[in-house]
Amino acid sequence: MSQPFYVAPEQVMKDRADYARKGIARGRALVAIRYTDGIVIVAENPSETLRKVSEIYDRIAFAGVGKYNEFDQLRVAGIRAADLKGFQYSRDDVDARALANQYAQILGNIFTHEMKPMEVEILVAEVGLEPSDDQMFHILYDGTVVDQRNVAVLGGDADAIGERLREAYQDDLDLEAAVKLGASSLAGPDRELPTTELEVATLSRGNGRRCFHRVNDLGVADILS
Amino acid sequence: MPFFEPTDDPGSNFPELLRRVGLGADAPSAGSIDVPHATTCVALRYGDGVVMAGDRRATSGNLISHRSMEKVVQADRYSGVAIAGAAGPAMEMIRLFQLQLEHYEKVEGTTLSLEGKANQLSMMVRGNLPAAMQGMVVVPLFAGWDLRREVGRLFAYDVTGGRYEEREYVATGSGSLHAGTVIKVGFETDMGRDEAIDLAVRSLWEAADADSATGGPDTLRGIYPIVATVTSEGWVPVDDTDLAPRFDALADEVRAR
Repeated sequence: MSQPFYVAPEQVMKDRADYARKGIARGRALVAIRYTDGIVIVAENPSETLRKVSEIYDRIAFAGVGKYNEFDQLRVAGIRAADLKGFQYSRDDVDARALANQYAQILGNIFTHEMKPMEVEILVAEVGLEPSDDQMFHILYDGTVVDQRNVAVLGGDADAIGERLREAYQDDLDLEAAVKLGASSLAGPDRELPTTELEVATLSRGNGRRCFHRVNDLGVADILS
Repeated sequence: MPFFEPTDDPGSNFPELLRRVGLGADAPSAGSIDVPHATTCVALRYGDGVVMAGDRRATSGNLISHRSMEKVVQADRYSGVAIAGAAGPAMEMIRLFQLQLEHYEKVEGTTLSLEGKANQLSMMVRGNLPAAMQGMVVVPLFAGWDLRREVGRLFAYDVTGGRYEEREYVATGSGSLHAGTVIKVGFETDMGRDEAIDLAVRSLWEAADADSATGGPDTLRGIYPIVATVTSEGWVPVDDTDLAPRFDALADEVRAR
């Protein structure tokens, strides 16, 4: 029987990280931006039916980039965890931080113990009762959690997009300005994204109990015109 | 965070998820207990959709155990549910039903059809059968706006989860005989909103007048029955300021008899 080759753990982790990063970099990016009434998420997504951004709970949204089946599995797990917690305790006890930690545990576990890491990056965003309570957690393929204040960028070419976004970002953007900023940051100077390739959703404080709202193509065209 | 293998996944079924994580309700095994009961609810169709109404009283035997119970509640944007029977299990069933509709919507990215919602509730009532045998009967009404057929629809249930779609009106609970008769006599197809609400209000008034377990308008404490409409605009509760004059008019009418 042949002996398996020894591979240093550093090498294993590096290979896995490279593999995950490559998978994520192939996909299209998304950005989340705080605006006056909450948080808006703008994603580059040519599909009309396969969503990158979705509702988790009353004040919490989920966004994922990378491999669709993998982040969709995480999305459903998040909805289950949130609904279970809200049922067991109270709706007020469901929060983004706990959810982000649970996601980090799952992703970290899969990264170290499974053959293949998940090729995803996800965002858990929560809109607070007051603007100062808004939270965004960016979770990487290996379970690293980064909390973001005003903007978050996920996916391929995140550095360049983030640079454009942070440069132009200012406090107290209204929805229209925030969507425009998101779309132009995603597109970059050399191209323009048609509205059909944009997926836009908001978490807005003024939207009643369920803050999540999907802006349809007509709405997006209206905002960008 | 519950995480399932694809072959072992509970899908968008929230009650099943509760069972998987060990939070499902246990049915009582034997015996019978006396629990607070919620009483009369009605629903009727009119031109724009449906009206639902229910009194606020919960009783334990001959005592009033609660004066401001909400038996008629919104299930989701386009439907409502009204419950008569053992108050504890009934409220729990409503909570689970509301959550199931929202859970489905979030997991699947689309809402259940009205028929699907009605069937879902049917399964929950069926699941309560062991408890019903011990005296904790729960009998809901379900009404909503069918977005596909563009029409308001009503569903009545029996203890076994049997589901019956009604064309005109339906009543449940201890005062249902009186309330149902009032609606039956006053019913016309394609009534206006005002007439429909007045008829629902009158049916509860007469039920409260003849059935001790049904509460009338409590002007002393400012507690009025819950009335709501479900139309293409969705679920819209009728405000107390709208209901109060209707009950006053009824009271005047009774005085003048």
